[in-house]
Amino acid sequence: MIKMLSEFAVGESGTVKAVKGEGRVRRRLFDMGVTPGAELTLKKKAPLGDPIEIMIRGYELTLRKTEAACVEVESK
Amino acid sequence: MKTFALAGNPNCGKTTLFNALTGATAHVGNWPGVTVDKREGAYKSGGESINIVDLPGIYSLSPYTPEEVIARDFLTDGDVDGVINVVDATNLERNLYLTMQILEMDVPVVVALNMMDEVEKAGDKIDAKELEKKLGVPVVAISAIKSKGVKELMNRAAALPSTREGTTALSPALGKSLETAVAFYEGESVKSPLFHAVKLFENDEIELQRKGVDKILGEIAVGDTEALVADERYKYISANLASVKVKNVRGEVLTKSDKIDRVLTHRIWAIPLFLVILFAIFHLTFSENLLFLNGFTEGQAWLPSLAECGLAYEADGELVYNNFGCEILSTVYDGTLYSPGVVLTNLLNLVLDHVSDGVITLMENGGAAEWSTGLVGDGVLGGIFAVLGFLPQILVLFLFFSILEDTGYMARIAFVLDRGFRRFGLSGRAFMPMIMGFGCSVPAAVNTRTLSDDKERTATIRVIPFFSCGAKLPILTAVAGGIVMAFGVGNADLITYGMYLLGICMAIVCVLLMRNTTLKGETPSFIMELPAYHMPKFKNLMLHLWDKAKHFVKKAFTIIFASTVIIWLFSHLSWNWRYLPDEQMQSSILASIGAFLQPVFTPLGFGYQLGEFGWVFAVAAITGLVAKENVVATFTTLAICVSAYAGAGTEDGIEELAGLINVITQSSGVSQQQFISALIAFIAFNMTTIPCFAACATAKAELEKGTFKWTLLFWGAASYVISAAVYTVGSWWWTAFVWLAAVAAVATLIVLRNLGKFDICSLFKRKNKGDDQ
Repeated sequence: MIKMLSEFAVGESGTVKAVKGEGRVRRRLFDMGVTPGAELTLKKKAPLGDPIEIMIRGYELTLRKTEAACVEVESK
Repeated sequence: MKTFALAGNPNCGKTTLFNALTGATAHVGNWPGVTVDKREGAYKSGGESINIVDLPGIYSLSPYTPEEVIARDFLTDGDVDGVINVVDATNLERNLYLTMQILEMDVPVVVALNMMDEVEKAGDKIDAKELEKKLGVPVVAISAIKSKGVKELMNRAAALPSTREGTTALSPALGKSLETAVAFYEGESVKSPLFHAVKLFENDEIELQRKGVDKILGEIAVGDTEALVADERYKYISANLASVKVKNVRGEVLTKSDKIDRVLTHRIWAIPLFLVILFAIFHLTFSENLLFLNGFTEGQAWLPSLAECGLAYEADGELVYNNFGCEILSTVYDGTLYSPGVVLTNLLNLVLDHVSDGVITLMENGGAAEWSTGLVGDGVLGGIFAVLGFLPQILVLFLFFSILEDTGYMARIAFVLDRGFRRFGLSGRAFMPMIMGFGCSVPAAVNTRTLSDDKERTATIRVIPFFSCGAKLPILTAVAGGIVMAFGVGNADLITYGMYLLGICMAIVCVLLMRNTTLKGETPSFIMELPAYHMPKFKNLMLHLWDKAKHFVKKAFTIIFASTVIIWLFSHLSWNWRYLPDEQMQSSILASIGAFLQPVFTPLGFGYQLGEFGWVFAVAAITGLVAKENVVATFTTLAICVSAYAGAGTEDGIEELAGLINVITQSSGVSQQQFISALIAFIAFNMTTIPCFAACATAKAELEKGTFKWTLLFWGAASYVISAAVYTVGSWWWTAFVWLAAVAAVATLIVLRNLGKFDICSLFKRKNKGDDQ
């Protein structure tokens, strides 16, 4: 099922399908390894539910829900 | 001499390698992007010497943060003979992404495969030879922290050919378009045409603004090339990784990290736990009652002082210790057990006091004039030593914060607190410098370098002084104590806590105000690596501390030296340039300046209302601009003069101030309520106004060019307004409504103005705003 990373639950894994949005945020996501085909797992959410922490390409990355809403992921 | 640049991701051990190569001191942190300055050093081997430049940690050569711009500019246009690309072997995939971009430049490259010891510890292997074959440049396995393989790395670097042509793995994907772009850049005769050509496909802002580039854009546009390039790079790396046979080496490390993480970023316990850690740090640095052994309030104190133990006695109003051993003991324990930070401060002050006493005695015995001993003793040594006395506590505080940084905990705190901070238009990262402000504004301002957004940085630096630093505490305790003693009303502790709270509220209000007016901008994005937890390295911590100590001492002997001498001269010279002893300070240049400025402080309550002696407050506030510890020092000195002049008895400490308050009450006839309000306004003013010289100098260095003067103005205005509010509301309760109305009016105006611009806001921005409300 394809959905946005911001809609993921803790522990859910998937493969990145596309990165929407534009400009520097998108560029940054690419540079940090969030590219189509990358596998990721939602590790946890901060105490207030935002930002979130994902495991991608062997390291941990944190991003906000607004930024995660740009990442389209095929959930496993 | 050849010059090599060290380039690599944040946290890849680049700075550790730099330290190992050059023996120089550079900041090493586990917070992504902690090195902003370009650091240079020399590597010496045999008779040869190689110049090494440490670049900021970067993830990519596309400019995103100011640091990345520095690194990219240096690599593309700087005069480098080669690049040493440091790669974290435990996180090959993302690290090689940068390597791929560096390889596209026409510059000799050697890859340092760092942290190989950790890879081996995890039982994995990386075939450096195979990787070398795939990348086409030398690859050397090293461990920077253990200095293993460093020599071989430098031998390979020295043996690099003087030129290399850029290579790319993107040719199959981009095909003919890439060739067209490269041909264009070759025609422009820029350095590294291939690198620039690829950046063009990445929609790089800098390349898109290049003259003449629009001519070929039509020819080469092939859809979303930005995603394609990133995608192809990672695909190529994955293929390479498979052939060098790397297992997921992070697996084991992460399970350990996970266990720690489960506790430290727990949904409920994360914030309380952080508060406990923070409290422990401040307690160990500043507490004069370690572990509350001497009870929680003064009434519960039960430990005997050294004098009560018979180890010291009082003579001429001063405490004299039986022997030097007792004096040393007094730095650790004297009626209460001191925290490590306070013990170190006491020890240093003990040494400094003896030095300054020795110098003065020597001068007096040598027959030096009174003014010269005064200038050297009080002006020069007194000023510098008073500031140096803060060094131990600043270093201890720094040590604790470096440990938090090096272990990777700081990044987690930013993660936990980000949601709360976004309401004020900041990111979670802004928290650390603010909280450090309670210790000292200087390290706090330096710490703002970890913020990637310039506006966020400026806003943060501006509110740091509102987090009342250690040197402001004496003002609080002395004035609040004086109020309670002179009028017999109020509670000193309550006033102190209230003032701390006032500072925090002001910081919040001012950040909101700035982020909605002068420093308007999108909430900075928050895409950040959370580095794996690891034990801090002793050597790195010590190098870090040494670096800070050096800077601080340098400042003490330059800016602070100059300012203390000037203040001393003005307070001991009359207008006809004659020397005045302490007792005649009221006829000094400083006193006249104080009297001249007195009316300025009238709206704040400590101006002309306080009569002929009111200038003391004005002068105390002005000397506070040099160093906040001057405020109480000025009070003490001036209070003695004033009290002696008015015929009141002289006492010391809080009593001195109480004496001064009594004298002023009698001579000016100001009402008790107004005077108390004025005194509290005085505290508020000093706590929030322009910080000390050292903090101003640091802020000037850290802020963008041209913003410092506005920052000074902001500090002055903010403290003036808040103190005026404190005074008027305290004196006439109904003015609270006037102030509330003013605040409401300003808020409404700002909101209306911003609403007017709402329509032209981009969709993204509007979405963001909606989220926040």
